[in-house]
Amino acid sequence: MEELLDFTTGMSLALLALVLFSIRRQHIRVEYSVSWFGAALSLLVLSQWPAALHTLAGWFGIGNAPLALIFIVGTLFLLVLFRLSVIISDLKDANIALTQRVAILEYRLESVHGQKATQG
Amino acid sequence: MTPDRPDSLLIIVPAYNEEAAVGRVVEEIRQVMPGVDILVIDDCSLDQTAAVARRAGAQVLSLPYHLGLGGAVQAGYKLAYELGYEYVIRTDGDGQHDPRDIPRIYEALKNSGCQMVIGSRFLEGNSAPTSLVRGLGIRFFRWVLRPILGRPVRDPTSGFVGVNREALQVFSKSFPLEYPEIEALVVLQRKRFRFVEVPCRMRPRLAGRSTITVLKSFYYIIHVLLGVFVNVLKYERRRR
Repeated sequence: MEELLDFTTGMSLALLALVLFSIRRQHIRVEYSVSWFGAALSLLVLSQWPAALHTLAGWFGIGNAPLALIFIVGTLFLLVLFRLSVIISDLKDANIALTQRVAILEYRLESVHGQKATQG
Repeated sequence: MTPDRPDSLLIIVPAYNEEAAVGRVVEEIRQVMPGVDILVIDDCSLDQTAAVARRAGAQVLSLPYHLGLGGAVQAGYKLAYELGYEYVIRTDGDGQHDPRDIPRIYEALKNSGCQMVIGSRFLEGNSAPTSLVRGLGIRFFRWVLRPILGRPVRDPTSGFVGVNREALQVFSKSFPLEYPEIEALVVLQRKRFRFVEVPCRMRPRLAGRSTITVLKSFYYIIHVLLGVFVNVLKYERRRR
Protein backbone atom coordinates (compact mmCIF):
# COMPACT_ATOMS: atom_id res chain seq x y z
CA MET A 1 0.00 0.00 0.00
CA GLU A 2 2.77 2.44 1.01
CA GLU A 3 4.69 1.76 -2.21
CA LEU A 4 1.57 2.30 -4.29
CA LEU A 5 0.84 5.61 -2.57
CA ASP A 6 4.44 6.75 -3.02
CA PHE A 7 4.31 5.76 -6.69
CA THR A 8 1.04 7.70 -7.10
CA THR A 9 2.56 10.74 -5.40
CA GLY A 10 5.54 10.58 -7.76
CA MET A 11 3.27 10.13 -10.79
CA SER A 12 1.08 13.12 -9.75
CA LEU A 13 4.11 15.36 -9.22
CA ALA A 14 5.57 14.26 -12.57
CA LEU A 15 2.23 14.97 -14.29
CA LEU A 16 1.99 18.42 -12.64
CA ALA A 17 5.57 19.23 -13.70
CA LEU A 18 4.91 18.00 -17.24
CA VAL A 19 1.76 20.10 -17.56
CA LEU A 20 3.50 23.23 -16.20
CA PHE A 21 6.48 22.68 -18.49
CA SER A 22 4.18 22.17 -21.47
CA ILE A 23 2.26 25.38 -20.73
CA ARG A 24 5.51 27.31 -20.36
CA ARG A 25 6.79 25.96 -23.70
CA GLN A 26 3.35 26.65 -25.25
CA HIS A 27 2.91 22.98 -26.17
CA ILE A 28 -0.47 22.98 -24.47
CA ARG A 29 -2.97 25.81 -24.01
CA VAL A 30 -3.93 26.82 -20.44
CA GLU A 31 -7.62 26.00 -20.99
CA TYR A 32 -6.76 22.44 -22.03
CA SER A 33 -4.43 21.92 -19.06
CA VAL A 34 -7.11 22.46 -16.42
CA SER A 35 -8.46 18.90 -16.54
CA TRP A 36 -4.94 17.43 -16.33
CA PHE A 37 -4.17 19.72 -13.38
CA GLY A 38 -7.39 18.61 -11.69
CA ALA A 39 -6.56 14.94 -12.21
CA ALA A 40 -2.95 15.32 -10.98
CA LEU A 41 -3.95 17.33 -7.89
CA SER A 42 -6.71 14.85 -6.99
CA LEU A 43 -4.21 11.98 -7.15
CA LEU A 44 -1.67 13.93 -5.10
CA VAL A 45 -4.23 14.64 -2.37
CA LEU A 46 -5.44 11.03 -2.25
CA SER A 47 -1.91 9.62 -2.14
CA GLN A 48 -0.90 11.96 0.68
CA TRP A 49 -4.13 11.59 2.66
CA PRO A 50 -4.92 7.86 3.09
CA ALA A 51 -7.94 8.60 5.29
CA ALA A 52 -9.63 10.33 2.36
CA LEU A 53 -8.77 7.36 0.13
CA HIS A 54 -10.35 4.93 2.62
CA THR A 55 -13.47 7.12 2.84
CA LEU A 56 -13.80 7.19 -0.96
CA ALA A 57 -13.21 3.45 -1.15
CA GLY A 58 -16.06 3.02 1.34
CA TRP A 59 -18.37 5.20 -0.78
CA PHE A 60 -17.66 3.05 -3.84
CA GLY A 61 -18.08 -0.12 -1.79
CA ILE A 62 -14.49 -1.21 -2.45
CA GLY A 63 -12.92 -2.83 0.60
CA ASN A 64 -9.39 -2.69 -0.80
CA ALA A 65 -7.81 0.82 -0.76
CA PRO A 66 -5.17 0.15 -3.50
CA LEU A 67 -7.91 -1.18 -5.77
CA ALA A 68 -9.96 1.95 -5.03
CA LEU A 69 -6.98 4.12 -5.95
CA ILE A 70 -6.57 2.33 -9.29
CA PHE A 71 -10.30 2.68 -9.88
CA ILE A 72 -10.17 6.42 -9.13
CA VAL A 73 -7.11 6.94 -11.33
CA GLY A 74 -8.81 5.12 -14.20
CA THR A 75 -12.03 7.09 -13.77
CA LEU A 76 -10.22 10.44 -13.64
CA PHE A 77 -8.23 9.72 -16.79
CA LEU A 78 -11.32 8.45 -18.58
CA LEU A 79 -13.10 11.73 -17.73
CA VAL A 80 -10.15 13.76 -18.98
CA LEU A 81 -9.97 11.72 -22.20
CA PHE A 82 -13.71 12.09 -22.73
CA ARG A 83 -13.44 15.86 -22.30
CA LEU A 84 -10.63 15.89 -24.85
CA SER A 85 -12.80 13.86 -27.28
CA VAL A 86 -15.51 16.51 -26.95
CA ILE A 87 -12.97 19.26 -27.62
CA ILE A 88 -11.49 17.41 -30.62
CA SER A 89 -14.99 16.84 -32.03
CA ASP A 90 -15.77 20.56 -31.74
CA LEU A 91 -12.47 21.41 -33.41
CA LYS A 92 -13.12 18.93 -36.21
CA ASP A 93 -16.59 20.41 -36.84
CA ALA A 94 -15.08 23.90 -36.92
CA ASN A 95 -12.30 22.77 -39.27
CA ILE A 96 -14.76 21.14 -41.65
CA ALA A 97 -16.98 24.23 -41.73
CA LEU A 98 -13.95 26.47 -42.27
CA THR A 99 -12.52 24.25 -45.00
CA GLN A 100 -15.86 24.25 -46.82
CA ARG A 101 -16.22 28.01 -46.39
CA VAL A 102 -12.70 28.68 -47.70
CA ALA A 103 -13.36 26.48 -50.75
CA ILE A 104 -16.70 28.20 -51.45
CA LEU A 105 -15.23 31.70 -51.06
CA GLU A 106 -12.31 30.80 -53.31
CA TYR A 107 -14.73 29.44 -55.89
CA ARG A 108 -16.86 32.59 -55.77
CA LEU A 109 -13.80 34.82 -55.94
CA GLU A 110 -12.58 33.00 -59.05
CA SER A 111 -16.06 33.38 -60.56
CA VAL A 112 -15.99 37.14 -59.96
CA HIS A 113 -12.51 37.40 -61.46
CA GLY A 114 -13.66 35.34 -64.43
CA GLN A 115 -16.67 37.61 -64.99
CA LYS A 116 -14.51 40.74 -64.75
CA ALA A 117 -12.01 39.31 -67.20
CA THR A 118 -14.84 38.52 -69.63
CA GLN A 119 -16.31 42.02 -69.31
CA GLY A 120 -12.89 43.71 -69.59
CA MET B 1 -22.27 29.06 -62.87
CA THR B 2 -25.59 30.54 -61.78
CA PRO B 3 -29.04 28.96 -61.93
CA ASP B 4 -31.07 30.54 -64.72
CA ARG B 5 -34.31 28.56 -64.58
CA PRO B 6 -36.88 27.84 -61.89
CA ASP B 7 -36.13 24.10 -62.23
CA SER B 8 -32.37 24.68 -62.19
CA LEU B 9 -30.24 21.58 -61.79
CA LEU B 10 -26.67 21.22 -60.59
CA ILE B 11 -24.88 17.91 -60.91
CA ILE B 12 -22.19 17.44 -58.28
CA VAL B 13 -19.38 14.92 -58.58
CA PRO B 14 -17.34 14.38 -55.40
CA ALA B 15 -13.92 13.10 -56.39
CA TYR B 16 -10.72 12.11 -54.64
CA ASN B 17 -7.76 10.98 -56.74
CA GLU B 18 -10.00 10.20 -59.71
CA GLU B 19 -7.92 11.72 -62.54
CA ALA B 20 -8.27 8.53 -64.58
CA ALA B 21 -12.08 8.52 -64.46
CA VAL B 22 -13.45 11.97 -63.71
CA GLY B 23 -12.87 13.42 -67.18
CA ARG B 24 -14.93 10.69 -68.83
CA VAL B 25 -17.63 11.03 -66.15
CA VAL B 26 -17.96 14.76 -66.88
CA GLU B 27 -17.99 14.21 -70.66
CA GLU B 28 -20.68 11.55 -70.37
CA ILE B 29 -22.83 13.82 -68.19
CA ARG B 30 -22.45 16.63 -70.74
CA GLN B 31 -23.55 14.30 -73.52
CA VAL B 32 -26.64 13.20 -71.61
CA MET B 33 -27.52 16.57 -70.07
CA PRO B 34 -26.15 19.25 -72.41
CA GLY B 35 -26.08 22.72 -70.87
CA VAL B 36 -26.50 21.52 -67.31
CA ASP B 37 -24.06 22.87 -64.73
CA ILE B 38 -21.56 20.30 -63.45
CA LEU B 39 -19.53 20.84 -60.30
CA VAL B 40 -16.69 18.50 -59.43
CA ILE B 41 -15.77 18.73 -55.76
CA ASP B 42 -12.09 17.93 -55.55
CA ASP B 43 -11.47 16.61 -52.04
CA CYS B 44 -7.85 17.76 -51.95
CA SER B 45 -6.72 15.09 -54.42
CA LEU B 46 -3.03 14.28 -54.71
CA ASP B 47 -3.33 13.83 -58.48
CA GLN B 48 -4.64 15.95 -61.37
CA THR B 49 -8.36 15.39 -60.66
CA ALA B 50 -9.19 19.13 -60.62
CA ALA B 51 -7.29 19.92 -63.82
CA VAL B 52 -8.79 16.96 -65.68
CA ALA B 53 -12.31 17.91 -64.55
CA ARG B 54 -11.81 21.52 -65.71
CA ARG B 55 -10.52 20.37 -69.09
CA ALA B 56 -13.60 18.17 -69.48
CA GLY B 57 -15.83 21.21 -68.97
CA ALA B 58 -16.81 21.07 -65.30
CA GLN B 59 -16.57 23.77 -62.68
CA VAL B 60 -14.37 22.72 -59.77
CA LEU B 61 -14.77 23.38 -56.08
CA SER B 62 -11.37 22.64 -54.57
CA LEU B 63 -11.27 21.77 -50.88
CA PRO B 64 -8.00 22.89 -49.24
CA TYR B 65 -8.01 19.84 -46.93
CA HIS B 66 -9.24 16.30 -47.41
CA LEU B 67 -12.65 16.05 -45.70
CA GLY B 68 -13.89 12.67 -46.83
CA LEU B 69 -17.00 11.92 -48.86
CA GLY B 70 -19.60 13.51 -46.57
CA GLY B 71 -17.66 16.74 -46.12
CA ALA B 72 -17.09 17.02 -49.87
CA VAL B 73 -20.73 16.36 -50.74
CA GLN B 74 -21.91 18.83 -48.10
CA ALA B 75 -19.59 21.51 -49.53
CA GLY B 76 -21.31 20.99 -52.88
CA TYR B 77 -24.75 21.18 -51.26
CA LYS B 78 -23.80 24.39 -49.45
CA LEU B 79 -22.59 26.06 -52.63
CA ALA B 80 -25.65 24.89 -54.58
CA TYR B 81 -27.96 26.22 -51.87
CA GLU B 82 -26.19 29.57 -51.71
CA LEU B 83 -26.26 29.94 -55.50
CA GLY B 84 -30.01 29.20 -55.52
CA TYR B 85 -30.24 25.86 -57.33
CA GLU B 86 -33.56 24.08 -57.09
CA TYR B 87 -32.27 20.54 -57.61
CA VAL B 88 -28.95 18.80 -57.09
CA ILE B 89 -28.02 15.33 -58.31
CA ARG B 90 -24.92 13.65 -56.95
CA THR B 91 -23.02 11.09 -58.96
CA ASP B 92 -19.71 9.47 -58.06
CA GLY B 93 -16.46 10.43 -59.73
CA ASP B 94 -15.34 6.85 -60.36
CA GLY B 95 -17.85 6.26 -63.15
CA GLN B 96 -19.90 3.56 -61.43
CA HIS B 97 -23.11 5.52 -61.88
CA ASP B 98 -24.39 5.62 -65.43
CA PRO B 99 -25.13 9.26 -66.40
CA ARG B 100 -27.91 8.04 -68.72
CA ASP B 101 -29.97 7.55 -65.57
CA ILE B 102 -29.68 11.22 -64.54
CA PRO B 103 -32.73 12.37 -66.59
CA ARG B 104 -34.86 9.75 -64.80
CA ILE B 105 -33.77 11.02 -61.38
CA TYR B 106 -34.33 14.62 -62.49
CA GLU B 107 -37.85 13.86 -63.74
CA ALA B 108 -38.68 12.09 -60.47
CA LEU B 109 -37.34 15.05 -58.49
CA LYS B 110 -39.55 17.45 -60.42
CA ASN B 111 -42.68 15.32 -60.55
CA SER B 112 -42.79 13.08 -57.48
CA GLY B 113 -43.06 15.78 -54.83
CA CYS B 114 -40.40 13.92 -52.86
CA GLN B 115 -37.47 15.72 -51.35
CA MET B 116 -35.03 12.97 -52.31
CA VAL B 117 -34.75 10.54 -55.21
CA ILE B 118 -32.45 7.53 -54.91
CA GLY B 119 -31.02 5.77 -57.91
CA SER B 120 -31.47 2.13 -56.96
CA ARG B 121 -29.50 -0.81 -58.34
CA PHE B 122 -32.08 -3.32 -57.18
CA LEU B 123 -35.33 -2.20 -58.77
CA GLU B 124 -37.01 -3.74 -61.83
CA GLY B 125 -34.94 -6.87 -61.64
CA ASN B 126 -31.64 -5.04 -61.85
CA SER B 127 -28.98 -6.81 -59.90
CA ALA B 128 -25.68 -5.10 -59.44
CA PRO B 129 -22.59 -7.20 -58.80
CA THR B 130 -21.60 -6.50 -55.20
CA SER B 131 -19.17 -8.23 -52.89
CA LEU B 132 -20.51 -10.72 -50.36
CA VAL B 133 -19.82 -8.41 -47.40
CA ARG B 134 -21.39 -5.40 -49.12
CA GLY B 135 -24.41 -7.46 -50.14
CA LEU B 136 -24.90 -8.62 -46.56
CA GLY B 137 -24.46 -5.04 -45.34
CA ILE B 138 -27.15 -3.78 -47.74
CA ARG B 139 -29.57 -6.50 -46.59
CA PHE B 140 -28.82 -5.72 -42.94
CA PHE B 141 -29.45 -1.99 -43.37
CA ARG B 142 -32.65 -2.62 -45.33
CA TRP B 143 -33.84 -4.53 -42.27
CA VAL B 144 -32.65 -1.83 -39.82
CA LEU B 145 -34.14 1.06 -41.79
CA ARG B 146 -37.54 -0.53 -42.54
CA PRO B 147 -39.14 0.34 -39.16
CA ILE B 148 -37.34 3.68 -38.89
CA LEU B 149 -38.40 4.94 -42.30
CA GLY B 150 -41.79 3.26 -42.14
CA ARG B 151 -41.31 1.82 -45.63
CA PRO B 152 -38.80 -0.37 -47.41
CA VAL B 153 -35.74 1.00 -49.13
CA ARG B 154 -34.08 -1.26 -51.69
CA ASP B 155 -30.72 0.43 -52.06
CA PRO B 156 -29.88 2.35 -48.88
CA THR B 157 -26.16 2.65 -49.71
CA SER B 158 -26.65 4.23 -53.12
CA GLY B 159 -24.68 7.42 -53.66
CA PHE B 160 -26.62 8.22 -56.84
CA VAL B 161 -29.15 10.60 -55.33
CA GLY B 162 -31.02 13.74 -56.19
CA VAL B 163 -32.37 16.28 -53.72
CA ASN B 164 -34.64 19.27 -54.03
CA ARG B 165 -34.16 22.65 -52.39
CA GLU B 166 -35.91 21.68 -49.14
CA ALA B 167 -33.52 18.79 -48.59
CA LEU B 168 -30.64 20.97 -49.79
CA GLN B 169 -31.38 23.44 -47.02
CA VAL B 170 -31.30 20.67 -44.42
CA PHE B 171 -28.17 19.00 -45.78
CA SER B 172 -26.26 22.25 -46.14
CA LYS B 173 -26.60 22.63 -42.37
CA SER B 174 -26.40 19.04 -41.21
CA PHE B 175 -24.92 16.18 -43.20
CA PRO B 176 -23.17 13.01 -42.04
CA LEU B 177 -19.46 13.21 -42.72
CA GLU B 178 -18.47 9.58 -43.11
CA TYR B 179 -20.54 7.04 -45.03
CA PRO B 180 -23.36 9.58 -45.47
CA GLU B 181 -25.93 7.71 -47.56
CA ILE B 182 -27.77 5.75 -44.89
CA GLU B 183 -27.62 8.42 -42.20
CA ALA B 184 -28.88 10.99 -44.71
CA LEU B 185 -32.06 8.92 -45.10
CA VAL B 186 -32.64 9.07 -41.35
CA VAL B 187 -31.91 12.81 -41.28
CA LEU B 188 -34.61 13.24 -43.94
CA GLN B 189 -37.00 11.06 -42.00
CA ARG B 190 -36.42 13.23 -38.93
CA LYS B 191 -37.72 16.14 -40.99
CA ARG B 192 -40.62 14.00 -42.23
CA PHE B 193 -39.38 14.40 -45.80
CA ARG B 194 -40.15 11.76 -48.39
CA PHE B 195 -38.02 9.81 -50.82
CA VAL B 196 -38.60 7.64 -53.85
CA GLU B 197 -36.37 5.13 -55.57
CA VAL B 198 -35.94 4.91 -59.32
CA PRO B 199 -34.14 2.10 -61.16
CA CYS B 200 -30.55 2.79 -62.13
CA ARG B 201 -27.65 0.87 -63.57
CA MET B 202 -24.34 0.35 -61.87
CA ARG B 203 -21.18 -0.16 -63.87
CA PRO B 204 -17.71 -1.28 -62.90
CA ARG B 205 -15.37 1.54 -61.89
CA LEU B 206 -13.82 3.24 -64.90
CA ALA B 207 -10.44 3.24 -63.14
CA GLY B 208 -8.82 2.59 -59.79
CA ARG B 209 -9.78 0.14 -57.09
CA SER B 210 -12.26 0.29 -54.25
CA THR B 211 -10.64 0.97 -50.89
CA ILE B 212 -13.30 -1.03 -49.00
CA THR B 213 -11.83 -3.98 -47.09
CA VAL B 214 -13.52 -6.55 -44.85
CA LEU B 215 -12.25 -4.71 -41.75
CA LYS B 216 -13.50 -1.38 -43.07
CA SER B 217 -16.87 -3.00 -43.81
CA PHE B 218 -17.30 -3.95 -40.15
CA TYR B 219 -16.20 -0.47 -39.06
CA TYR B 220 -18.72 0.91 -41.56
CA ILE B 221 -21.56 -1.15 -40.10
CA ILE B 222 -20.84 -0.11 -36.51
CA HIS B 223 -20.27 3.54 -37.44
CA VAL B 224 -23.45 3.79 -39.50
CA LEU B 225 -25.55 1.93 -36.91
CA LEU B 226 -24.43 4.39 -34.25
CA GLY B 227 -25.15 7.33 -36.55
CA VAL B 228 -28.60 5.95 -37.37
CA PHE B 229 -29.58 5.51 -33.75
CA VAL B 230 -28.23 8.91 -32.72
CA ASN B 231 -30.37 10.43 -35.47
CA VAL B 232 -33.37 8.46 -34.29
CA LEU B 233 -32.85 9.90 -30.81
CA LYS B 234 -32.93 13.41 -32.31
CA TYR B 235 -36.39 12.79 -33.74
CA GLU B 236 -38.36 15.98 -34.33
CA ARG B 237 -42.04 16.74 -34.19
CA ARG B 238 -44.18 15.67 -37.11
CA ARG B 239 -44.36 18.22 -39.92
CA ARG B 240 -47.71 19.90 -40.38
